[in-house]
Amino acid sequence: MARTLLLVGTRKGLFTLESDEARRDWTVKGPFCESWPVNHAIHDAKSGTIYAAAASEWLGSAVWRSSDVGETWEHSSEGITYGDDSPRKISKVSSLAVADGRVLVGVEAPGIFASDDGGETWSLLTTLAGQPGSEEWDDPANQPPGHLGISALMTDPDDAAHIWTIVQGIGAFESTNGGTEWTPRNRGLRADWPREHEEVGFCVHRLVQSPVDANRLYQQNHVGMHRSDDHGKSWTEITEGLPSEFGFAAAAHPHDRDTFYVIPLDPGHGRTMPDGEAAVWRTQDGGSGWQKLDSGLPQNDAYLGVLRAAMTMDDYDSPGIYFGTSTGQLFGSTDAGDSWSEISGYLPPILSVEVAVLE
Amino acid sequence: MADLLLPSQLTALFAGLPREVEVDAPTVDGAIDELDRRWPGLRDRLCEPGPALRRHIHVYVDRERAALETPLAERSRVHVVAAISGG
Repeated sequence: MARTLLLVGTRKGLFTLESDEARRDWTVKGPFCESWPVNHAIHDAKSGTIYAAAASEWLGSAVWRSSDVGETWEHSSEGITYGDDSPRKISKVSSLAVADGRVLVGVEAPGIFASDDGGETWSLLTTLAGQPGSEEWDDPANQPPGHLGISALMTDPDDAAHIWTIVQGIGAFESTNGGTEWTPRNRGLRADWPREHEEVGFCVHRLVQSPVDANRLYQQNHVGMHRSDDHGKSWTEITEGLPSEFGFAAAAHPHDRDTFYVIPLDPGHGRTMPDGEAAVWRTQDGGSGWQKLDSGLPQNDAYLGVLRAAMTMDDYDSPGIYFGTSTGQLFGSTDAGDSWSEISGYLPPILSVEVAVLE
Repeated sequence: MADLLLPSQLTALFAGLPREVEVDAPTVDGAIDELDRRWPGLRDRLCEPGPALRRHIHVYVDRERAALETPLAERSRVHVVAAISGG
């Protein structure tokens, strides 16, 4: 019997929620990581280790790890530094990924550190130096609100040298040689503000890849939803039919390349679900049309926000989709979004949600 | 031997680290180094590159606000305090 494990990073520590294949009843454990804010947590299927990127206002940033599904924890920040003499400082660790035993953590000021010993020690992999715009993100005065720096990392389970990353407020980049060289992948994106460089200056919030077609990427951008059919070399906007061009979270269906999910939010300062009606929106045709999914979600005065890393999908035949809100509610669906229920209602503000199926 | 009093947020992170610990060191910096030798990784929790004490970590030597270079006397009493903030 498979176990379903949700990793929920919150402003007050990491929580795990465990269920079986039915995903109906959940056991909540936590808070872990001494209740440090956990910006992102992942499960490495190969080693069975949980990694959590956490940043304490008092005690700094570290990557926590547990090899027994949360029973015991260790932490390390050894090597996660730009050094005493560098003007670049690390305000937080913000995103994680793993590929073939190598763990990556993204930080702000933007940089990626790697660990080849399961998170015990780290070394600087790249700051993406030399990329157009890098002089801007090296200036502390230019850091965007939230200070996520590297706001996402995406790795290829079949090719450890292949890495995608997002530099917050700058754009998406791809490396095919393990992070040594990077190529901006923002062609065709929209930006409603002046930009100094043709290739960068885009506000990519979330990037997801179809698990069944590596050429098919989707992204939720600050201005619009976009699709790529050529592995990110070019992008086409697919916003039409959605109630808002703005949102943070996105998820790709595990079995269908044309099905993709977003959570449109009010683009103003509120950044909550429009009209107080909680909904996830789904396309089943690559973005030509959109369907509002709200069965089982609160429809009255539900001014919920969902952050960029806070929606994910499992890969069961009838796939589950999960999202957590910035006010601590966790919702789930076991029928690909057709119907929803509240899994937990009173967690701390949720920063990230990831899921793992443990055999 | 200086006497260090540590915050509970710190002792929770390192197995066997007591709230009160004796250290033989000439400065606050040296005392933190000595703690780091005994509990690897501890320095990163109190200090940031510079090096400097983290913004919300305050150290007092014999009731006076201290920095990393502050000297310790034979019987100094050192309070390491996690600043009162947050919510």
